[in-house]
Amino acid sequence: MRLIVPETTMRTIRAEAEAGHPHEVCGFLLGSRRGGERVVGEALPAANQRTDSAADRYRIDADAYRAVEREADRSGAEILGFYHSHPDAPARPSEYDREHAWPSVAYLIVSVREGEAGETTAWRLAEDRSDFESIELEIPVEEENRCPTS
Amino acid sequence: MPDILIPTPLRPHAGGEAKVRVEGNTVEQALASLVATHPDLRTHLYDDEGELRNFVNVYVGDEDVRYRERGATPVEPDEEISIVPSVAGGRVSSPPKSLSGNGSEGPVELSNEEIQRYSRHLIMPEVTLEGQRKLKAASVLAIGAGGLGSPLALYLAAAGVGRLGIVDFDVVDASNLQRQVLHGTRDVGRPKLESAADRLRDVNPHIEIETHETRLTSENAIELFEAYDVIADGTDNFPTRYLVNDACVLTGKPNVYASIFRFEGQASVFAAPGGPCYRCLYPEPPPPGLVPSCAEGGVLGILPGLLGTIQATETIKWILGIGEPLVGRLLLVDALKMGFRTLKLRRDPDCPVCGENPTVTEPIDYEQFCGIDPAADETPEGVEEVSVHETKVAVESGDAELIDVREPFEWEICRIEGARLLPLSELDARMHELDPAKEYHVHCKMGVRSARAIERLQEAGFSRLKNVRGGITAWAEEIDRSMPTY
Repeated sequence: MRLIVPETTMRTIRAEAEAGHPHEVCGFLLGSRRGGERVVGEALPAANQRTDSAADRYRIDADAYRAVEREADRSGAEILGFYHSHPDAPARPSEYDREHAWPSVAYLIVSVREGEAGETTAWRLAEDRSDFESIELEIPVEEENRCPTS
Repeated sequence: MPDILIPTPLRPHAGGEAKVRVEGNTVEQALASLVATHPDLRTHLYDDEGELRNFVNVYVGDEDVRYRERGATPVEPDEEISIVPSVAGGRVSSPPKSLSGNGSEGPVELSNEEIQRYSRHLIMPEVTLEGQRKLKAASVLAIGAGGLGSPLALYLAAAGVGRLGIVDFDVVDASNLQRQVLHGTRDVGRPKLESAADRLRDVNPHIEIETHETRLTSENAIELFEAYDVIADGTDNFPTRYLVNDACVLTGKPNVYASIFRFEGQASVFAAPGGPCYRCLYPEPPPPGLVPSCAEGGVLGILPGLLGTIQATETIKWILGIGEPLVGRLLLVDALKMGFRTLKLRRDPDCPVCGENPTVTEPIDYEQFCGIDPAADETPEGVEEVSVHETKVAVESGDAELIDVREPFEWEICRIEGARLLPLSELDARMHELDPAKEYHVHCKMGVRSARAIERLQEAGFSRLKNVRGGITAWAEEIDRSMPTY
């Protein structure tokens, strides 16, 4: 599986992650499949329902999920995965991430340190749920004169 | 018959369908019918106890069944059931067992003395007080207090890693001091753990040192590893290296690895989430005897200093969560050229431990896996052994001649009187100098190379050959204690 997030979309995710710091932000990755590729067309922010522990947890509630999936099914888009931020922590899935993960979808993690978005990685849950596998993340630049993202 | 709406992530497991027709009059029956048709869904819907996972929500119509009668909620044939994900995660894992024991859930604090001690860390934006607290809250288990374990433990202690465990069962030998800088001359003969604990407490009295005076085994590895956040492998043999790797994969702990030989070393971080493990790199151990140990092949004393420090660096980066860990990369160090290269490593989906369908689900017998049969010693079959005492008698009486297959530089260090030097590297070319009718006792440093020499001589038609068990090392211990050992 390869996740393709256009650079402009990635910038909105990173900006959201920075603005939300020191809390975790989260949302949906919507788009379409192209063979083994998942091409993100839109990043849709969701409310982090874990107001009790937003610095190290996030949750998108079932109602929010249902609304987005209905809309996606209607418009022909697909939920390709989810993104969330790790404030002041590496962009590696935690054991908690793994325990709560869904199969077949991509998880994009943005590390934010001191309010600045850094390393960004993409993962998918192994079929037997034992682990997260790293997946390729491509960030195509649509326009000229863009600084490369780290 | 009711329909179940399948959410996107589960559709590939339900034949690609968004809606599946099922049988049943209750939610429980309907879900059972679904899983019977699409068994791949089971693991994603239910936990090991058979309960619905807490992030799996089931709706009948627009109502969450948690607010009705859960599994017993009745379903009319024309109603729709929905499986609805809640999506959750977060940066922190549930606290490791090691940290939950002391009952204090709050962040660790630093005393004024500690703040002064770590000031060069605290002023770095990549570390700061928060990073230093992480180091204090962290625990690392070093396997071995030898060449790699020495610099590793010294730097981790100095950096303020709060709980440092060391596994070892050896005593300090004079030949260790050339590289094992944890130990000093006055420690010769002491258990390495005592010596190490003394030294590390002197380096940093603010941390906890835990000593495990035991051999790491398949029986104790899992329990030991569970109690630490990071495992650093400083072992010198293949069975233990595979054991450390497998136990790290099984307990989900990163394996900060290094190994050394003569002038070369390698390092990596194995068993990290999504990354490869040692078995992805080396699925099979080398045949026993092929790769000489440091005792046989030697090692440049500074080399473990270099590699152990790299391990310490990776460990500290891991704890702080900064930089790029050596995950999926193998660092190769050549001290003679002073060259550093990295190779890309890939996780092997067929890996028996960390692959998609693991066959190793608990530690195995690693001596057997590495082809080492403790009962059969290391001598190949068909090679007859004698003790150094028997050799002494046979050589002095003229019944046998003693052949030394070590290299000339070893011969310079020490030799047995009356022995004849015939280095293994020159054996094939100089075999004609030997008389097949005579009896030869063959020795090297410890008995491994001489056994190989005997096999080659046997293939060439020699039959009256005996291998000196323990080599010149045993001779120095049992016959001539004035002889230097190396």
